[in-house]
Amino acid sequence: MSKYQTRADLQILVEMIKPNSRVLDIGCGDGELLKLLTHNKNIDARGVELDQANVNRCVAEGLSVMQGNADTDLVNYPDEAFDYVILSKTIQATHRPDLVIEQMLRIGKHAIVSFHNFGHWRVIKSLAFKSQMPVTKKLTYSWYETPNIHFCTIKDLANLCESLNIEVTQKVILNQFGQKSHVSNWPTLVNLFGDQAIFLLKKK
Amino acid sequence: MNHVSAIFNDEQAIKLDCGSEIKYHLSYDTYGTLNADKSNAILICHALTGDQYAASTNPITGKAGWWSLMIGPGLAVDTDKYFVICANVLGGCIGSTGPTSTDPKTGKAYGLNFPIITIADMVRTQVRLVDHFKIDVLFSVIGGSMGGMLVLEWAANYKDRLLSAIPIATASKHSSQNIAFYEVGRQAVMADPNWHGGNYHANETAPKKGLAVARMIAHITYMSEESLQKKFGRKLQDRESITFGFDADFQIESYLRHQGMSFVDRFDANSYLYVSRAMDYFDLAEQFDGHLMNAFIDTNIRFCIISFTTDWAFPPAASKLITQALNRVAANVSYVEIDSPSGHDAFLMNEPELFDAVAGFLKSSDEKHEITPKGQK
Repeated sequence: MSKYQTRADLQILVEMIKPNSRVLDIGCGDGELLKLLTHNKNIDARGVELDQANVNRCVAEGLSVMQGNADTDLVNYPDEAFDYVILSKTIQATHRPDLVIEQMLRIGKHAIVSFHNFGHWRVIKSLAFKSQMPVTKKLTYSWYETPNIHFCTIKDLANLCESLNIEVTQKVILNQFGQKSHVSNWPTLVNLFGDQAIFLLKKK
Repeated sequence: MNHVSAIFNDEQAIKLDCGSEIKYHLSYDTYGTLNADKSNAILICHALTGDQYAASTNPITGKAGWWSLMIGPGLAVDTDKYFVICANVLGGCIGSTGPTSTDPKTGKAYGLNFPIITIADMVRTQVRLVDHFKIDVLFSVIGGSMGGMLVLEWAANYKDRLLSAIPIATASKHSSQNIAFYEVGRQAVMADPNWHGGNYHANETAPKKGLAVARMIAHITYMSEESLQKKFGRKLQDRESITFGFDADFQIESYLRHQGMSFVDRFDANSYLYVSRAMDYFDLAEQFDGHLMNAFIDTNIRFCIISFTTDWAFPPAASKLITQALNRVAANVSYVEIDSPSGHDAFLMNEPELFDAVAGFLKSSDEKHEITPKGQK
């Protein structure tokens, strides 16, 4: 699921996380983020990944990863087991993003959600002028085969956090080139031009 | 590869779960060299009918060691880096104290006078062996099937004595089905008139037919339906058509008969009863108020749990149960499920994904604890 991850958003995730902490990366894919965290910041990094072939590759590379599902398996972890629980480019594939985020903040002191903004102008353009669900370089699936069932906009996730009584302590917006966007103070522009967003969350 | 075969003769008796005390010795083999700070030792735990010859030719059968694809110079368990210890379990028949050993009270073979032993008892003797080497902390404990049960017992009750654990194709308890199959096997042994109530040594005979049947039925549980079908199907053995009799017409019959008959030459029937019973009695959660997670509270051990898709003796679900228990205490656990047609026996076979997982897991644990000096990697 993380195959479109750019170095830029990984780098921001790494910057957000304090050294020597304990991290769970949900939907860790091929383990790219886990590797960065383990080797650069002495972090006890673990991963959960849906695809068993990815899991086996991660373990063969020395990462601590197990097969699991964000929707069903987070209940197995104890409260505050981790300093950070990360959901990187995975929220759109969960059945109940609200429940997943609540679980993340039960088992972790902080949660980090990194996601594609479905309010980006290219997406809107595709819907408005082509009358088609967008298929782009980053969203390659057609509507009928996509595992991505819960796309959201930057504003959607902010609203969800508000309703779940969750504080967004840090918000980073990346433009389509993977650079930090400087339109952060303009909510409408953020939604139109933000390609990816990374939210650092904690319970209020 | 530096290889030593030796016997550890414990001067102290050991108190067993059943209440008896017993003097014992363990036959063990080591591969590789123990480093100066004794930090590079890996204990290998063998399965029900395994032995200490994990990586060296078995002198009884003349065959390569049962895990010679896993352990050796440059292999997943690299004997150029690690000091590998593998001991025949207590109750075994390949040199360690078991029912074939002489009972000091009678001067004859123990037979059924040998006390009932458990997985925990086997591990107690292994701990003494590790103490004998003056090794405080094992780098890893690795084992498949019953060996995996020993790994779990180590991890639960000797938390400070190992850094990592790799239980493979195993379970935290024998299921009803596991017990059922082994009971059929034991009944076959005991129904053989040559068993003589376990006293066959005195009669200079052995319940070979019964033990062969026990092995045949167990062997079926080690293979998947898929592998049986693929390997044998309904193919006939050295004949053009069925013979309208009870000869081994089918290749699968001939194969099982061969497995049974070759097994009795290397294994003792009473030992089979005792060691399979120890597996039946194993229920790790039971030692911890019925909650498996309690076995792992506050553990710092790094775990790698491995299962095989077509293993129906120790199915992936049994491994997942262990993984879940470890998650409940936020232990550091990896779980690898390998897509293999080979059933339970896959852990002994050429499974590159198995070797890659073990090698990768050990390498990263090695780096974390700086076991192998940097220049040697």
